[in-house]
Amino acid sequence: MTLPDLVLYDEEFRKIKESLNRLASDANANVVFLVDKNGQQIAAVGDLQTLDTTSLASLTAGNVAATDGLARLIGEREFSILFHEGERDNIHISIVAQRVILVVIFDERTSLGLVRLRVRRAMAELEKIFEEIAHKAEREKQALQADFDSPFAEITDEDIDRLFSE
Amino acid sequence: MTFINYAAREINCKIVYYGPGLCGKTTNLQYIYDRTNPAAKGKLISLATETDRTLFFDFLPLDLGTVKGFKTRFHLYTVPGQVFYDASRKLILKGVDGVVFVADSQEARLEANVESIRNLDKNLKEQGYDIATIPYVLQFNKRDLPTTMPADEMYRRLNIKREPTFEAVATTGAGVFDTLKAVARQVLMDLKKR
Repeated sequence: MTLPDLVLYDEEFRKIKESLNRLASDANANVVFLVDKNGQQIAAVGDLQTLDTTSLASLTAGNVAATDGLARLIGEREFSILFHEGERDNIHISIVAQRVILVVIFDERTSLGLVRLRVRRAMAELEKIFEEIAHKAEREKQALQADFDSPFAEITDEDIDRLFSE
Repeated sequence: MTFINYAAREINCKIVYYGPGLCGKTTNLQYIYDRTNPAAKGKLISLATETDRTLFFDFLPLDLGTVKGFKTRFHLYTVPGQVFYDASRKLILKGVDGVVFVADSQEARLEANVESIRNLDKNLKEQGYDIATIPYVLQFNKRDLPTTMPADEMYRRLNIKREPTFEAVATTGAGVFDTLKAVARQVLMDLKKR
């Protein structure tokens, strides 16, 4: 009986959003988002209307996974920062607490130097938040091992059939 | 790894389609993509070579509706089937919640199927999963070809734990949604145990 690896509650979600918003405004970035290493989007802020964030999350994770593979091949643990430079927009990718990916999309209204500087500060904040999440998960796991009050404990066959009938 | 977001009331699950080269993994995803209501799906992303062989993965996000007030979102991935892409296959299995093994029904591909299941077992182990306990569904694809093996013979050789098994023709869609539904059922039922 294990709890799911990543469970996000309102309080931490709010803190993460605050941190991302601060980073977006301090770095003058268009979009900032956070993805789990498995490609699940955790949170996103900024100009998201024209952006397919689900695809972005999956491709970012694929990109980081492939780069991690490359790193290990040459004896590195990971490449903690990736940077993709385009004609107009650029993507800055960094790994937080070894498990989540922080992505910043920015254009010529700011600079790589500023983005790097602000990312460093945001990473320290986010690392703390994810430490809290890990602690909380661990505490809950121990406290609730006996009767974890999962909302999914009552899932029935009918619930699942309904998903596919729509 | 299922990602449950209590703040956004979302469950995100990752399903991986595994199997030997040219068995029809991408075709499964393509059919699901073609037949799903546009509001419920995202873009189908294929990282393929110029000859349409999967190079890294295909990816299809699917919103299936709500269970217990939570939006269920399935992320479907395929792996590249060709033997020499093993490093990529391992990466895609990270965080997997359920696996669909697509077997090629042609007699000549039996050994390739067996080898691919062995490869799946090994790669799952490396990621800390056990094929014996992970949600897992088997599909016999290409049942329309003249060179297919009898299904019971395939079952005997390929079924490892009495997992739900479906005959399919992914090009026409026969069996495709049954397979998806069976793996989704196992993944969601797995949530109950946590």
